[in-house]
Amino acid sequence: MNPAERIAYGDIGRKGLWENNTALVQLLGLCPLLAVSNTLVNAVSLSLATVLVMALASGAVAALRTLIPYEIRIPVFILIIAALVTCLDLAFNAWLHELYLVLGIFIPLIVTNCIVLARVEAFAAKNSPLAAAWDGAAMGVGLLWVLALLGGARELIGAGTLFSGIDMIIPGARALQLFGDEYHGLLIAILPPGAFILLGLLIAARNAWVARAAAAQRIGPQMPGETASA
Amino acid sequence: MSDTVQEKETIGETNAPTRLTDPAPVDTSLPPPGAAGSAARSAILLATFTLVFTAVMALTFDATREPIKASVEARRLELIGQVLPGAEFDNALLEDVVQLPSLPALGIAGPVTLHRARRGSDPVALVFEAQAPDGYSGAIRMLIALRADGTLGGVRVVAHKETPGLGDYVDPAKDRATPKWIAQFAGRDTAQAGGWTVRKDGGDFAYMTGATISARAVVRAAGRAVAAIAPVRERLFALPIGADASGIFTPKVTPAAAGEPQT
Repeated sequence: MNPAERIAYGDIGRKGLWENNTALVQLLGLCPLLAVSNTLVNAVSLSLATVLVMALASGAVAALRTLIPYEIRIPVFILIIAALVTCLDLAFNAWLHELYLVLGIFIPLIVTNCIVLARVEAFAAKNSPLAAAWDGAAMGVGLLWVLALLGGARELIGAGTLFSGIDMIIPGARALQLFGDEYHGLLIAILPPGAFILLGLLIAARNAWVARAAAAQRIGPQMPGETASA
Repeated sequence: MSDTVQEKETIGETNAPTRLTDPAPVDTSLPPPGAAGSAARSAILLATFTLVFTAVMALTFDATREPIKASVEARRLELIGQVLPGAEFDNALLEDVVQLPSLPALGIAGPVTLHRARRGSDPVALVFEAQAPDGYSGAIRMLIALRADGTLGGVRVVAHKETPGLGDYVDPAKDRATPKWIAQFAGRDTAQAGGWTVRKDGGDFAYMTGATISARAVVRAAGRAVAAIAPVRERLFALPIGADASGIFTPKVTPAAAGEPQT
């Protein structure tokens, strides 16, 4: 490996998970976010599939980047992404059949998730395969934790359960019924508006956090004394 | 930087003219030399990429074909178990079949496999698939168990693309209500011809407000399928294993057969 080309893994990871988070900052890839984040298991399953596609697509594009002519790069990128998603779709159908039936059309729809193409175009086409795969995975995991949070919150508020449908992945596992049988659920959390509302709250929380962190940095040296007194 | 790329273009002509971009990280954004030759090269490259990735997909398809078939079959047996408890029959259900022709009433293009459940020599139930063409997001495929006495064993949705969280309650795996919506079918007497739609349309079946279309599609399709199969069920049981049941469903015969098994 060329030492001059050291990859800033930490930097790429931080950008993917927080600073440039797909769901909270870039607001890309919201189609699956809204549709499949109604339960924790669905949200995490589809996110994991997306992470896999992003890492593989970015890695593949980076490996082939010197062969891809500039003018036809977009069709080639889409071709690579679509082929990977098709293979994943078939694999889900073969080995995770129950889950495949639940996620249904949303697996093929990963192709149209613009975050995949965005990372391929913005990062993978200009970097080494390893860095690109890492970037794709980091961006995907950034989407995953937000989706997991959103899916968990929607399921909890909407149905009072967590991990419903886990038996599709781990046979015999049971969902958690947290609020008892009497809780009928706030349906809006399960419906698409619930996803928008909760996502808005998450974005607001992140912005508030970032604003506070920035303000704390401006005050700088005085901070330690202040926190101690408070 | 663009100079180096231009050079590469002319130098590379002999062997690898396909490299339009430099391996160095930033060079992808460079405008390529616009010429007819480069367009042809792009076309050939695009075709090559298409071929390679189609091959990858074809190989995956081939590798997953058997596991997918096994998954579908395992699920089919499990589903049949839901419409017809395994304790009620003792024959090999996946082998005791007859082939139904493509019937408009079943909504499936192409022949349909009909399974016959028996206990000893007594007929127990017929299990077959039907399809509703008019779900909210396309066709809804279902499995129907029709008992030898003319009542419905049950109906299960096998495949559908209904909206998650809305219309997908027709699939008991995603129905959060108790009892499940689909349980309404169990035990219904198929000799009774009317009422095969949702209550909103004057039928007998409950539905979920805001997602009527999925329920209506399933109920109506089940009604159509049962109306076609129930009157000829005794003749279907009498056919030899693996036989073609087309003869039973020729247009002339069906009306005459309709009244026959009701006795």
